[in-house]
Amino acid sequence: MRTLKFLLQKEFRQIFRDPSILRVIFIMPVIQLMILPWAADYEIKNIKLSVVDHDHSEYSRKLINKITASGYFELADYSNSYKQALHKVEHDEADLMLEIPTSFEKDVVKENKAKLFMALNAINGVKANLGGAYLRTIIQDYNQEIRLEWLQMPRMNIEPTIQITSSNWYNPLLNYKYFMVPGILVILLTMIGSNLAAINIVKEKEIGTIEQINVTPVKKYHFLLGKLVPFWILGMVVLTLGLFISWAVYGIIPLGSYLTIYAFAAVYLLTVLGLGLLISTYAGTQQQAMLISFFLMMIFILMGGLYTSIDSMPHWAQIITKFNPVSYFIDVMRMVVLKGSGFWDVRYHFIIMFTFATVFNGWAIWHYRKTS
Amino acid sequence: MQAVIKADKLSKHFGHFTAVNEISFEVAPGEIFGFLGANGAGKTTAMRMLCGLSIPTSGTATVAGFDVYKQTEEIKKNIGYMSQKFSLYEDLTVLENIRFYGGIYGLSDRDLQQKSETLITRLNLQNEAKKLVGSLPLGWKQKLSFSVAVLHEPKIVFLDEPTGGVDPVTRRQFWDLIYEVADRGITVFVTTHYMDEAEYCNRVSIMVDGSIEALDTPPKLKQQFSANSMDEVFYELARGAKRSE
Ligand SMILES: Nc1ncnc2c1ncn2[C@@H]1O[C@H](COP(=O)(O)OP(=O)(O)OP(=O)(O)O)[C@@H](O)[C@H]1O
Ligand SMILES: [Mg+2]
Repeated sequence: MRTLKFLLQKEFRQIFRDPSILRVIFIMPVIQLMILPWAADYEIKNIKLSVVDHDHSEYSRKLINKITASGYFELADYSNSYKQALHKVEHDEADLMLEIPTSFEKDVVKENKAKLFMALNAINGVKANLGGAYLRTIIQDYNQEIRLEWLQMPRMNIEPTIQITSSNWYNPLLNYKYFMVPGILVILLTMIGSNLAAINIVKEKEIGTIEQINVTPVKKYHFLLGKLVPFWILGMVVLTLGLFISWAVYGIIPLGSYLTIYAFAAVYLLTVLGLGLLISTYAGTQQQAMLISFFLMMIFILMGGLYTSIDSMPHWAQIITKFNPVSYFIDVMRMVVLKGSGFWDVRYHFIIMFTFATVFNGWAIWHYRKTS
Repeated sequence: MQAVIKADKLSKHFGHFTAVNEISFEVAPGEIFGFLGANGAGKTTAMRMLCGLSIPTSGTATVAGFDVYKQTEEIKKNIGYMSQKFSLYEDLTVLENIRFYGGIYGLSDRDLQQKSETLITRLNLQNEAKKLVGSLPLGWKQKLSFSVAVLHEPKIVFLDEPTGGVDPVTRRQFWDLIYEVADRGITVFVTTHYMDEAEYCNRVSIMVDGSIEALDTPPKLKQQFSANSMDEVFYELARGAKRSE
């Protein structure tokens, strides 16, 4: 315990004397959170929509009105020919095609069920996919409205539904930044954590001070704990700063509890720092450590579900994401922030993250050699 | 008296390269043992094995009665080590370094307080105590580094070229410090490239290309090689070395 006290004291002194660490910890999050959400903003307006309306009913017109009124769509074409609409998509004049069948109104009224057909232009996949998600949300909304309308009619007590397969627990129409900012915060925490931890020990290797530590009776888990604790605390500070910016700049307040976020981040940081320490036990130079950490981060970030939704990845990639700590935290963040999930809803995430933390830290301690 | 360091056919290979080749020697308690050899002879490699920092390839050795294969952590409790590369924390102050190393060796707060005061007075560092170690001249750093290595009163202190690059006056002062700790009963195991320093040792060994080629007191070595100075002895032996960089 006393040994740990001296180790911690030393680490904190060194951290506070190193302006570059402080810059990374305080300035990087601020800048990234201010800039990235705008740069990585997929909130796309003017999605060109080609509508094929076979029904020409009041209901279909209402739906189209609602879609164009959302401000995200531009009616590129309105016809009753599927061929013509498809032609538009094929010539890149439309991103999205919506087909309303002949019996739309009738089906909604009589059968309480109606089908819509939607086709996406895969050339600008992001735009079309996002447009598709928006469209689904609007239709769902519309569905609610006609339900309400029907409910007011006393004779009808069965709610008409329009089938939509997607489960939209987040609402991209609301604000795309709600979706991106928590994810970027996770990436930030991951990069800062793993990089700082990885570089720190390797730096001691390069300077040679680690030899002086290795020749003392200090236990290796004490030494690694001495590295882990300060960066863990700094990580929590970065998280706080990030959450503050999310609120102050983007007005994001989690629907769920901050406590859940902090509790999960606490375990998550252990994982990330453990990974950093692990890298540092393998790397001989800071360049090597940076390179390994950069390589892993690339995979983690690209496959973390921030930019590409995991659901739309191929099966093999989905399996890889199961071993990606980043994807769990992004998931938890979005669940808590957007959906209001509580501790119990993310209990499996906790268990998995705890396992990650144990494995990485255990592995780092096991692989760290005081004697070569 | 029981030897504090015993090495028997101790070897270290790096792949096919034999850095240390079956060295055997004993060091008595309280002795100042000079470990000489040209660049690349294998001094640092041998010393790191004795300090429990590197596991030997073959042979046996005990340090302070502990085995260099299995009891490395026990060895570490009983030794001090000053590596060839300066390795105090340059971004910590003199006082902080002293307290840190004393602390992790388990000194009590009172010991820490008292020992750092004595040390600072002894080295005349009163005005530098609160300065970052990185800002000190090399000679001062080396003296500080040595004093920190013996702060916890180890049985043996290993010094790897402690006076490399230091001016003659400071080297003299450094050897005064070495004598002081030897007087306290601490065994000193020291490597050097300066032959005048070899004369200060009780016994010296001379390593050539990984093997110990000569081992005795300086007068006896001079006699053995019919030389006037240790310089000549060393030259006689090291001349044939192939590894010299
Ligand atoms: N980890 C290692 N891997 C491979 N070769 C090594 C390693 N460490 C040392 N060597 C080699 O072993 C030889 C002995 O090195 P060592 O550092 O022990 O010499 P030295 O006597 O301390 O030299 P110097 O006076 O320059 O400090 C050198 O040729 C060196 O290149
Ligand atoms: Mg050496």
